[in-house]
Amino acid sequence: MENENKVRRYLPSVLWIVVLIAVYFTLNSLIAPFTDGITLNGKIVTESTKQLGGFLFGIIGGLMLIEIYFYQIFFRKPKNDATNIIIRALQFILAALLLMVVISFLESTDLFRMGDNIVGNFLRSPVTMFGDFQSMLVNTKIATKDSAQLTSSGIMVLALLAIFAVIHISSVSRNHNYGLAYLLILPAFLGVLFLIIYPFLFEIKLAFSNASLGTQATKNAAYGLQYGWENLKTLFTGSVAKDAKFLDVFWRTVIWTVINVTFHVSGGMGLAILLNRPMKVQGLYRTLLVFPWAIPTTIAAMALRNEFDSRYGLFNILLTDLNTWLTGISHGTANIVGIGNLFTWLAAHIGPVSWKQDPFWAFVSILISNIWLGIPFMAVIILGGLQSISQEYYEAAEIDGASKFQQFRNITIPLLRPVLTPAIILGVVWTFNKFDVIYLITQGGPQEKTDILVSSMYKAAFQFYRYGFTAMFALVIFIILFLFTLIYLRISGGLKSAAE
Amino acid sequence: MSTTTDAANKVSSAKQANVVAHFIRWFFYRARGDSPFKTILIHATLIVACIIAVYPVLRVVTISLRPNDTLLTTDLRIIPENATLDNYKEVLFGNPERNRKSDFFLWLWNSLSIVSITSVLSVILAAISAYAFSRFKFPGRSAGLIFLLTTQMIPAGMLLLPLFIMIAKLKMINTPLGLLIAYAVTAVPLTIWTLKGYYDTIPVDLEEAAMIDGANRFTVFTNIILPLSTPALAIAFLFSFMGGWSEYLVARVILQKNEAFTWPLGIFTYAQQFTVSWGQFSAASVMIAIPVMILFLYSSKWLISGLTLGSVKG
Repeated sequence: MENENKVRRYLPSVLWIVVLIAVYFTLNSLIAPFTDGITLNGKIVTESTKQLGGFLFGIIGGLMLIEIYFYQIFFRKPKNDATNIIIRALQFILAALLLMVVISFLESTDLFRMGDNIVGNFLRSPVTMFGDFQSMLVNTKIATKDSAQLTSSGIMVLALLAIFAVIHISSVSRNHNYGLAYLLILPAFLGVLFLIIYPFLFEIKLAFSNASLGTQATKNAAYGLQYGWENLKTLFTGSVAKDAKFLDVFWRTVIWTVINVTFHVSGGMGLAILLNRPMKVQGLYRTLLVFPWAIPTTIAAMALRNEFDSRYGLFNILLTDLNTWLTGISHGTANIVGIGNLFTWLAAHIGPVSWKQDPFWAFVSILISNIWLGIPFMAVIILGGLQSISQEYYEAAEIDGASKFQQFRNITIPLLRPVLTPAIILGVVWTFNKFDVIYLITQGGPQEKTDILVSSMYKAAFQFYRYGFTAMFALVIFIILFLFTLIYLRISGGLKSAAE
Repeated sequence: MSTTTDAANKVSSAKQANVVAHFIRWFFYRARGDSPFKTILIHATLIVACIIAVYPVLRVVTISLRPNDTLLTTDLRIIPENATLDNYKEVLFGNPERNRKSDFFLWLWNSLSIVSITSVLSVILAAISAYAFSRFKFPGRSAGLIFLLTTQMIPAGMLLLPLFIMIAKLKMINTPLGLLIAYAVTAVPLTIWTLKGYYDTIPVDLEEAAMIDGANRFTVFTNIILPLSTPALAIAFLFSFMGGWSEYLVARVILQKNEAFTWPLGIFTYAQQFTVSWGQFSAASVMIAIPVMILFLYSSKWLISGLTLGSVKG
């Protein structure tokens, strides 16, 4: 019995290892004869591993140091008054240094410019000194040019650790109510601050500038309220990307979002309700139905773009067949009054469509694609919600004589609300912002008639290089979304409990 | 002689009918109270939905199997005439005759290294801070949560421009580091929400009991919380992995050289050459999609529990 358990316990891992080894050897023997045709080689792998690993190491190390610093602030107490002064002074100096480094980093990415004055030079001094230190190491032959950065960073870290050690020795531990929580959220918070909030602030700054390709992005850009006003005026009166007007694109975005989310939710709800019953093949259905979600969007979008080809695409092949069929029937039923006319009319109107040239059908094509891509996600979420509703409610309702529709209206919908509210909010925000499908299938064409706000913005930035304008555009989009969310939350009262 | 075969035929056909009937009964297994008509209708709807969901995906496979001279055809069969694996061979190993090398593995490596690092990093960051949000009461807690949600309102396209300028200033255009930075925390806020919701469903009593037995916060976290929230962590990882894995628009801006391409950019070079090679494009797509789809479908049983227990029940 014991033995059997052991086998059971270790068998999966052993099998995995065997499988991995087998895969490795087959791959090796299969690929080895063809290595001449492949550009990836060991050198590239080592190099990029080194690069990424070094970067990761640096980031994690930096976070650790910051964590230690805050740990000491929260959980160490000076032993006596004398050490108190030393510790606070050290911590103050460290904080000041950190602040100065952050400021000079922000300056180096052009958030602001301090100029060549005393204040600027003083704030920049830690970074300049670090650079001087590196060249000093190189000059004194302690380090070569390649290893200078590593060596000097290592020395810096050691110095910092020494300071931390001094603080640690001259203090005793203490309790702090919230310290641990703050330490735990600190790394994520720093990441969000650095990679979401800072770019956001930068965007606001850019919105009030005339940055474009002509000004070499931010290098020679001028900032001022009048530029912001100018950008705003262009946004509402001029063209947003090349020719399209803001209001047209805005309404198209609203239609895009409403149609998509409606179909996602109703389609998902329909499938979920059909699936949510005792069935032997439920798992199979579920697996097949999530296919559009499981396939990477890029591939799905490109595949669908192929299917919208006017001659060889699936849709036009089917429509042509349908047209032939309808024409045949209309010939057969031509003598019957009414039906004959109906089929003739249908045959004349249903047929292959120019998905690429006609703006309306191009818009329909991206709608079909995005709906196809989005339904499975909603279906899975709603199915999860449905399965958590106890069957007893329905049994009780049945005994009381409630009809199926009444059950749906009064049991299913209210109990699904905690699932539906966030799903709909996120669905709207995501659809509003989701333009990879559009970009990959129609690229906004023909004549920017299928662009939504975000795809126009992307074009304005990276095809027409109107940086300052794009930033203002992005701000307006953000404000629209923000207002929507506030209003929706106010109406539905959702998420209130979630943040408690 | 003939009578015996007839008899045998009869027996086997009866057996077949029996099997078919059995299969139908099994397939259309129905709950009490559903009429057979309704059951059939439900199954028919589901089967049609399944076909709609799967057929376009299968078409990609079809195109990848077509020989190069019959790429453009109105044939709707799934396995084409004269099916061949030539496209796969060319994508994987290049074409010595036309002196073309294959970048396929290079792109895969670039994608894999960048995306796995970012998703591991973001799941770790989120798992730790979600624990703080779930188990501690501290000033600024709900403000922080709302703040994280608000960051989701910022369109990804919106941050792209400043990130692009920042990455350009740091001289990281065309390097994996640039993309790593751009992907790193976009998924973190939502992941924190999901995981926080999941942790909330784990009874605090478990931890308190362990703490009475002398465990500290760290062991509680690693030995109780993490194992219990494996499904949610797997989902979080999967989402952030899938998000980065097939990302095209950000990568297009930051990577401009073929050596640095991730696979979504890479397979586009097939579609952008003078002669669009749909066959190779589809072959590459199939090879990339299959492992991801297997992973995805395999974990779909976790998907449901993870999604609904997470963001939803708060």
